Amino acid sequence: MKENFSILTSTAVPLSIENIDTDQIIPARFLKATTREGFGENLFRDWRYNESGQSKADFVLNDSKFSGKILVGGKNFGCGSSREHAAWALYDYGFRVVISSFFADIFKNNALNNALLPVQVSDSFLKQLLSAVEKNPAIKITIDLQNQQVSLENGPSENFEINPYKKVCLANGYDDIDYLLSLRSEIKEYDLAHV
Amino acid sequence: MNKPKTLFEKIWDAHVVKRADGYPDALFIDRHFIHEVTSPQAFDGLRKRGIKVFNTKRTTATADHNVPTKDQHLPIKEALSRHQVETLKKNCTEFGVDLYDLGHPYQGIVHIIGPELGLTLPGMTIVCGDSHTSTHGAFGNISFGIGTSEVEQVLATQCVLQYKPKTMRIEVNGTLGKGVVAKDIILYIISKISASGATGYFVEYAGSAITSLSMEARMTICNMSIEMGARGGLIAPDETTFNYIKGRKFAPQGEAFNKKVEEWKQLKTDAGAAYDKVLVYDAVDIAPMITYGTNPGMGIKVTDRIPTVDELREISEQTSFKKSLEYMGLEPGSQLLGKSVDYVFIGSCTNARIEDLRLVASVVKGKKKASNVEVWVIPGSKQVEAQARQEGLDKIFEAAGFELREPGCSACLGMNEDKIPAGKYCISTSNRNFEGRQGPKSRTFLASPLSAAAAAITGKVTDVRELVDK
Repeated sequence: MKENFSILTSTAVPLSIENIDTDQIIPARFLKATTREGFGENLFRDWRYNESGQSKADFVLNDSKFSGKILVGGKNFGCGSSREHAAWALYDYGFRVVISSFFADIFKNNALNNALLPVQVSDSFLKQLLSAVEKNPAIKITIDLQNQQVSLENGPSENFEINPYKKVCLANGYDDIDYLLSLRSEIKEYDLAHV
Repeated sequence: MNKPKTLFEKIWDAHVVKRADGYPDALFIDRHFIHEVTSPQAFDGLRKRGIKVFNTKRTTATADHNVPTKDQHLPIKEALSRHQVETLKKNCTEFGVDLYDLGHPYQGIVHIIGPELGLTLPGMTIVCGDSHTSTHGAFGNISFGIGTSEVEQVLATQCVLQYKPKTMRIEVNGTLGKGVVAKDIILYIISKISASGATGYFVEYAGSAITSLSMEARMTICNMSIEMGARGGLIAPDETTFNYIKGRKFAPQGEAFNKKVEEWKQLKTDAGAAYDKVLVYDAVDIAPMITYGTNPGMGIKVTDRIPTVDELREISEQTSFKKSLEYMGLEPGSQLLGKSVDYVFIGSCTNARIEDLRLVASVVKGKKKASNVEVWVIPGSKQVEAQARQEGLDKIFEAAGFELREPGCSACLGMNEDKIPAGKYCISTSNRNFEGRQGPKSRTFLASPLSAAAAAITGKVTDVRELVDK
């Protein structure tokens, strides 16, 4: 059973870079674990730390001004490798929502399977969010899953799309295997008919 | 009369076990490939739920991402890598899954061994916890990468829950010029539509420049579908496909094969079927390609110069473009041709099949590598390695000063010790030029096996047409 998602209000971390691939989110050399835990430590490893392991002051996760459970990223977030470790790393670090104007397909599925909500907004709204957060790191963003709405504190809001099935899963902490296991006999029948 | 369907829709619809309003489709999976990196947490999930693998005959495992490419007969030195490979073995034994482990004559990169063993067939649905699963689509099937939660779903139920993607047709017509190969076609397409241009789509490749390709070359094209964001890419099967499959280890044999071929011949898009998007390119416009940036969409003809900030498609790209060139140590508007390289990597699920090694050998035969470069040739599988040796390609490589190693994903993603050092330039036949992909701070130029071979000889970015013309 995963965490239930209803309404989240939080400050946000702005990462205004396009095409953030999953190799940046969690580099391959940190994929050697055989459990799902602990990947947050190496989230954005090579953007966060230099070769000797010291924090890079100019990276947003190292900027004490910014914090929160929402990451606002540039267009085509999560492209590249299918590694679910990227979703695990973001979640483990403490993020519960990623906002972007465009998500790569596999990342989106992986996020939804791990109670990390990908919120897709328009290019113009993304720009508004990024500049509002950059200007005022204390500003809050609210994500209302039930009403499928994302709103900026004392500012504009926008609706976002989510598949009704996935919405129910997130709200109740269900996962896909629960549903698929309920279809076992139908699947068995198909399997036998298609050897 | 039934509505005309695309090949993609035919295969998809034939695999839907359950379609319910408001739910994604429960899609039956004919073939599931697993490897050491994205499967351990899925097996743990099964253990926690106390369930078995649904049908062990439909899953095949190999160790590839994390394996050394030297001395594979010895225990893996690096403890975490060794643990991951051992965990795969333990899981496969416990759950009864076939494993081609290190040392097995069928071991290799998962997307290379599937086709060469005849496990990959037309009309199937195929998944693997790896985005380059799209490779298998070259045989006219639906193949796509999934995450570990989905690997667990498939192990547990032989199904995944998926939304049907939109369809795109990409047609390339005409004849390829000298020195231009499949890798150039796909790098060209991605440079045209960008690294996200096909997100949400499943692509069917067609046109005379595609159908005239060998299976190896078709796999290179389908392999990189994900690099433009597509869920996958497929090519309708034809005689080339059937000839490739015939006689392979796990393919249907004899009369069963002939019967299957008759079925497979029906696997094509109906006349009049509609795609959500259609793109058409002309093969004469394609030249040897190379990437200059940090996503596979940042590609140019090897003779072109890098764009300037003003030439970008969208203003929003500027920040990422500048960051990218800074990382690569390159100037906007400059030429790549003649740029010195430090490493040449020939390998990966994109370009490590026997035909790729033959292409490399055709350029380097009788020549020696430049003194400033180190060249790694990593065959895609034990079978590719054995065939390369049988054909004497190893001798050509050795004489040229190249190192022919043992199979694995290697420096494509630098999970094992094959890493490109910080700041060094590598011309690579792999599929991704992301920051740090080939090792922290490594700099990657993606190119074809021919172009990589040319750079190995000259020590710099080279127009291979100048070498093959001689």
